[in-house]
Amino acid sequence: MTGSKTPPPAKTVDEGLERGIAGLTEERIRRIIRRVLAGETGARLKAYVDTCIHCGLCSEACHFFLSRDRDPAYSPVGKVKQTLWEILRRDGRVSPDFIKEARIIASTHCNLCKRCAMYCPFGIDVAYLMLVVRRICHLLGVTPLYIQDTAHSHAATLNQMWVKDDEWIDTLMWQEEEARGEIPDLRIPLEKEGADILYSVIGPEPKFQAQLIYQAAVILHVAGVDWTMPATPGWDNSDMAMFVGDNELMGRLKRAHFETAARLRVNRIVMGECGHAFRSVYDVGNRWLGWSMPPIPIVHAIDFYHELLEEGRIRVARRFEEPVTLHDPCNVVRGGGLHEKARAVIRRTCAQLIEMEPNREHNYCCCAGGGVINCGPPYKKHRVESNRVKAEQIAAAKLKGAKVVITPCHNCHSGIEDIIHHYELGVETRFLGDILYQVMEKP
Amino acid sequence: MNRFTDGSWNPAIFDLPLSSWRERFLGVEEIQASPSGDAAAAIVRLGQEGFTVCVNGETWPEPYEKLWHLRYAPDGRLVALGSREGEWTVVVNGVAWENRFSFVWNPLFSDEGGRIAVAFQQDMAYGMAVDDVPWEESFPNLTHPLLSPDGASCAAVVQTEPLNEGDIFKYRQGIYTAAVGGRPWERRFMNAWSPAFRPDGGSLAAAVRLGPSDYTIAVDATPWEETFACVWDPLFHPQRRTVLAPVRRGGSWWLAEDGRILWDRPFVQLWQQRVSADGKRIAAVVAPSFGRWTVAVDGRPWKADAGEMVSDPCFSPDGGRLAARFKEAGRWTVAVDGRVWNQRRGMVFSPVFSPDGSRVCVRFKDKGRFGYLLDDRPWELAAEAAWDPVFSPDGDRLLLRSLEQGVFRRRVLPLADFGKV
Repeated sequence: MTGSKTPPPAKTVDEGLERGIAGLTEERIRRIIRRVLAGETGARLKAYVDTCIHCGLCSEACHFFLSRDRDPAYSPVGKVKQTLWEILRRDGRVSPDFIKEARIIASTHCNLCKRCAMYCPFGIDVAYLMLVVRRICHLLGVTPLYIQDTAHSHAATLNQMWVKDDEWIDTLMWQEEEARGEIPDLRIPLEKEGADILYSVIGPEPKFQAQLIYQAAVILHVAGVDWTMPATPGWDNSDMAMFVGDNELMGRLKRAHFETAARLRVNRIVMGECGHAFRSVYDVGNRWLGWSMPPIPIVHAIDFYHELLEEGRIRVARRFEEPVTLHDPCNVVRGGGLHEKARAVIRRTCAQLIEMEPNREHNYCCCAGGGVINCGPPYKKHRVESNRVKAEQIAAAKLKGAKVVITPCHNCHSGIEDIIHHYELGVETRFLGDILYQVMEKP
Repeated sequence: MNRFTDGSWNPAIFDLPLSSWRERFLGVEEIQASPSGDAAAAIVRLGQEGFTVCVNGETWPEPYEKLWHLRYAPDGRLVALGSREGEWTVVVNGVAWENRFSFVWNPLFSDEGGRIAVAFQQDMAYGMAVDDVPWEESFPNLTHPLLSPDGASCAAVVQTEPLNEGDIFKYRQGIYTAAVGGRPWERRFMNAWSPAFRPDGGSLAAAVRLGPSDYTIAVDATPWEETFACVWDPLFHPQRRTVLAPVRRGGSWWLAEDGRILWDRPFVQLWQQRVSADGKRIAAVVAPSFGRWTVAVDGRPWKADAGEMVSDPCFSPDGGRLAARFKEAGRWTVAVDGRVWNQRRGMVFSPVFSPDGSRVCVRFKDKGRFGYLLDDRPWELAAEAAWDPVFSPDGDRLLLRSLEQGVFRRRVLPLADFGKV
């Protein structure tokens, strides 16, 4: 595996950025920057900026820095230095071209994975600082085209993938019919007021991965869960608005999600295997709306599978034989502490778990999260080249015998697939639900 | 339809056993109770023939390949969405509309139930139909379908032009607006959400986005002069004929009326505004501080609050009292006029006032079993299902509908007998 010395994509042509900066004036840039710094940041930003002693210990945490031959420009502090510190140093007097470069750094050179916050002696959250930069760029209308289109979909349809209201319902009915071929009395109950659980997914599931809804329906049915899915918008728990810096849209999405669950009078929301959506409903979006915690408990799929197995509601017929390794998704491990539960599920369902090193909360990010993969093809090469360390982790696990990488997060799943393909690692990826569905006892 | 009750407000219990349904059919979906409690119905599975609806033991004459969304309209008609040979329609009391569509969803009823509307897709064009009459104009997409309270008008947010995925620039020019009766407003917006009718159906308001970070309310296509960092759903004031909406300014939420700030203080959050029927009082769910929630009346928050959720504020019919659902430490309860009930349950549903506002009853669910609370007094029915309580017009009796040990039960009881029968 050779290290890449490809320079950063400063010349990347992204119409969203090019046309975004075309009408910008320095006066407007300064006005928006001042508005954000004065009105939206406050003590948290000041504490971070004043506390950082520029020691660089965060560098060792960053998969970009490590994968790009320790280039200081890719260290967390380097990214802050090139963006927010410069904005502060110049008191907001920066050019449209600077904004474009800052947007590229903040949105495609950082996954907001928060690994660096663990290595900082003061716990400075660089992800927050990158989000401040993203927020400024959003208000200036400078956003990569692909992820902006996704945010537009969120605004128009309240889901990430332009899924129309009827297409959503039709997909659920289709999957119910498919699953009835296997379990004749299976249902995907729509709009069941008073059910115990609302099952929610991200937009790509009905759009591209409907079999995941099928699998979830089988798991929920066999476990005897009293569950429902909505036949209205609000079903999508994902949130690219959070990653472009459109906080108001993020709030609209999260409100729709929680109010849908509240309308159906459910006790809990169980969500599929998505990391960024968990961050949005469990940490960021709910808090922007004023909830200190989710108003209706959110249970990530890892947690839910663990519960079903521990309670004996799902039994394993025969464990998955091929040795597996586990990629720890940042948002549910560093952000949700689900790493041991993920391992407990794997121990019950798989014959052999081969750990990646480092692992658990120290695991490296997939380099797809934080909206980076959603910035689209213009940044794909840069993205996979910026995660050589993840490829090395997987390769080392493969040398020990692992044939399957379990990735209980959608973005991780896609990102790891890209890395496996690019570095020709010769292993496959699976969701935890894929494994559970395969090995569980079914009627 | 077999009647098993006398349908009156005379105190009595009538039972309809449903257990045989599970033997007659391959599957029985969720039971639906009629508003008066004189009928129970469910979508049932027949096998190769598909699905039908069973009402008090009798089935609709024609089976369907698929049926879903069975609901009683407020006037007691039973409505479902059904498909045959790949086409969908609305089925009312077993009789299908003449019009067929590629898909139908989101059935809506007028307040009295006399009119039924539905969103449809036909050959990838979107519209609405009311009482079997489709809009003449259709659109590339449609969201937020809405029927006016009197059923005279229906509306939705519509996309007026096709949009290629990835065309963020055309999107920003504005291709969304509201359509009333199939006729779109002339003005387009970057986004439109949550349309609301004036009670008489003569005017429509919607939350709109003029640019990436400029929000306001548009009334009959005309935006307020003021713009905000964000807005929530508009609501018409029934007497003043103005529009009320939560608006975000300076990082806080305010209640605005026709674009001007109405209440003298902002909140961390403010939504679900309501106006009493007499128009004299305005309430909303608010967060006075981060993570604490309550109800504010005319801008003044109740002292009692909850940390997890407050929702569904509702005025009594005379406007004199106000109730809402409160959730703290994973348990739901009801607060009335700022006093939080002692009884807590895993779930409480919408509070229901007696006609004179003096009594409040609510359905609850706890550990999978349903019961009722009347003025904070519990009745642990341990029912498998239950429906919202209904007060008699004189407020002296309660109609309770429940499913207990496979029997659909209609109870009419004097309030004094609550918990005894």
